[in-house]
Amino acid sequence: MVKTGISRPGTPYLLLLPGVAFLFTFFLWPIANLAQTSTQTPIAGGDTGEYEQSLRWQNYIDAFLENKEQFGRSFLYAAIATLAALAIAYPLAYAIAFKAGKMKNVLLVLVVAPFFTSFLLRTIAWKQILGEQGFVVPVLRDLHIISPATTLTSSAFAVVAGMTYNFLPFMTLPIYASIDRIDPRTLEASGDLYANGITTFRKVTLPLSMPGVVAGTLLTFIPAAGDYVNAAILGSPQTKMIGNVIESRFFKVVDYPTAAALSFTLMAAILILVTVYIRKAGTEELV
Amino acid sequence: MAKALPPKSLSPEARSILSSQISRRAVFAGVGAAAGVTALASCGSGSSDAASTVRWANWTLYLDVDEAGTSYPTLQAFEEQFGITAVYTEDINDNDEFFGKVQGQLKLGEDIGYDIITPTDWMAGRFIRLGYTQKFDKANIPNAKNLLPTLASPSFDPNRDNSLTYQSIMAGLGWNTTVNPKGLKAIDDLWTPANKGKIIVLSEMRDTIGVILLSQGVDITTVTEDQFMNAVDFLQGKINDGWIRGVKGNEYKEDLISGDATAVIAWAGDLFQLSNENEGKFDFAIPESGGTISGDNFLIPSTATAEGKKNAETLINYYYDPAIAAEVAAYVNYVTPVMGAQEEMEKIDPVLAKSEYIFPTEKTMSRLNVFKALTPTEESTWTEAFQKAAGN
Repeated sequence: MVKTGISRPGTPYLLLLPGVAFLFTFFLWPIANLAQTSTQTPIAGGDTGEYEQSLRWQNYIDAFLENKEQFGRSFLYAAIATLAALAIAYPLAYAIAFKAGKMKNVLLVLVVAPFFTSFLLRTIAWKQILGEQGFVVPVLRDLHIISPATTLTSSAFAVVAGMTYNFLPFMTLPIYASIDRIDPRTLEASGDLYANGITTFRKVTLPLSMPGVVAGTLLTFIPAAGDYVNAAILGSPQTKMIGNVIESRFFKVVDYPTAAALSFTLMAAILILVTVYIRKAGTEELV
Repeated sequence: MAKALPPKSLSPEARSILSSQISRRAVFAGVGAAAGVTALASCGSGSSDAASTVRWANWTLYLDVDEAGTSYPTLQAFEEQFGITAVYTEDINDNDEFFGKVQGQLKLGEDIGYDIITPTDWMAGRFIRLGYTQKFDKANIPNAKNLLPTLASPSFDPNRDNSLTYQSIMAGLGWNTTVNPKGLKAIDDLWTPANKGKIIVLSEMRDTIGVILLSQGVDITTVTEDQFMNAVDFLQGKINDGWIRGVKGNEYKEDLISGDATAVIAWAGDLFQLSNENEGKFDFAIPESGGTISGDNFLIPSTATAEGKKNAETLINYYYDPAIAAEVAAYVNYVTPVMGAQEEMEKIDPVLAKSEYIFPTEKTMSRLNVFKALTPTEESTWTEAFQKAAGN
């Protein structure tokens, strides 16, 4: 028998090495550093940005209590943006998978196309769309939907709209992948069993597309909750999210421990929410 | 480089795949080699290399540039005159960010890659306090005598041993002239229905809170914590009541142009440029209660070599020549700290020579105030309070 390299017992570990090395250098090591920073306190008489380790766990409680509002806002905005993205993405994915015919690939490219430009530029573009010189504001004013004094930029609406738009492809693609895999014969079978369109959707299409929905909501909600670009560019002081606080604590106030504690709290909160969600949705949906 | 081509017997697709693999590998090898060379070069960059160069980190759009945007006329003239190569980078975007970037190396005494940096007063103060700068050899900077007397002894560097102002920045009120036809003379003029929800203030704490404090009759050169917090509360109130839509840096310019903002606490130089580009649609004034003035300062980092330092001093001396200072001012439109530049400006552009924005008169100067130097503790508590008011 010819001995191939694959059969050597060490090979799988060797293949893992680049990934492990990468994760260690760019994930575990920084995270350990961050954890270490989060319990530091300022050195007495030290200069700006000089901290020493004193295992002050109170940092976490202080950081959370001082910024409850921004935490709440982050999860609220992320949840609304996720629902809005779902409402837009599901019909879109459904149409691309079942109704697009030859246009399928073109439409998929269009979904991904925004990624060809920078995230920042896309967000700044929204500022113009919703700005005084855009077409949205004058139209809404003429229709008396908003008062002449109301502006759309620097508002919660703009922040959530920006997030919905920026994360839409993350919602659309997994749902599309799930729907596209549905065997059309299951739908025909449903019809043969006298189910009407709505029942077929409810009993067959939707359950079969749930893995995509679960993956899509996670891929949208997690980055949206930690996002700060949309709030920084499209928001006002009253719409700041936890990401903005972390940025300001880190760079402006030079309060590294609070910034680190906030980052950990955010991670933990997301982890808990996601765990509960996956438990509810059933883990097998993800596979 | 000779490249072995795949045998002709293969199908065209297979051949193209094979040759693409070869070229990709070759590319990787090239990248590896290049990276190696760079690493070696950075290891070996010692004093010998720095002899004829000076490396300057500055803010964006802060030096006269030609129309193609590729070369800096005054800097080019400097290179020709002194035979020193200037490596100019627009690497400073934000004081705090820049500090975060170089602090580690400065602490360890490793080269930060610059012989001159230009942080703002308070940040320059931090650099000096931490021992991250080198004292000037004043014999190399005879033109320092041209420094405006008002800037000669700031609290962060009373004898100007470590710093010299590059440009000064006035902060006051800016407005859209259509929405505010009568102009703004005081902070209270901001709160009119037409400006509601369309006011932006600067994210630079010392300027925004400084202007507010002055309107409350507080001397910002001796401001106390209570007075400061009082002004922050005032700002917070105006944000909560929906008057102020944002606390921002330079981006307020776009909001003014688009009409999303109609009145601002802003920097004179910006409003001057805006007003020029938009035919008088915008205007600026120092409020009657006073405005702030701050400066960006030439500093020589502690890690610069002796040669680098000497070249840096030559460069600083060069930019303190009134004729050169006038050339720079004609482009950047900020307050020039160099005496005699106004006379030189007459020759370049008589209109600019009369600009209050670049050459404030004695009367204007007397209404401008410098924010006091803060202790490290004040700096963190005050910044925190200000950031909180801004929603962070």
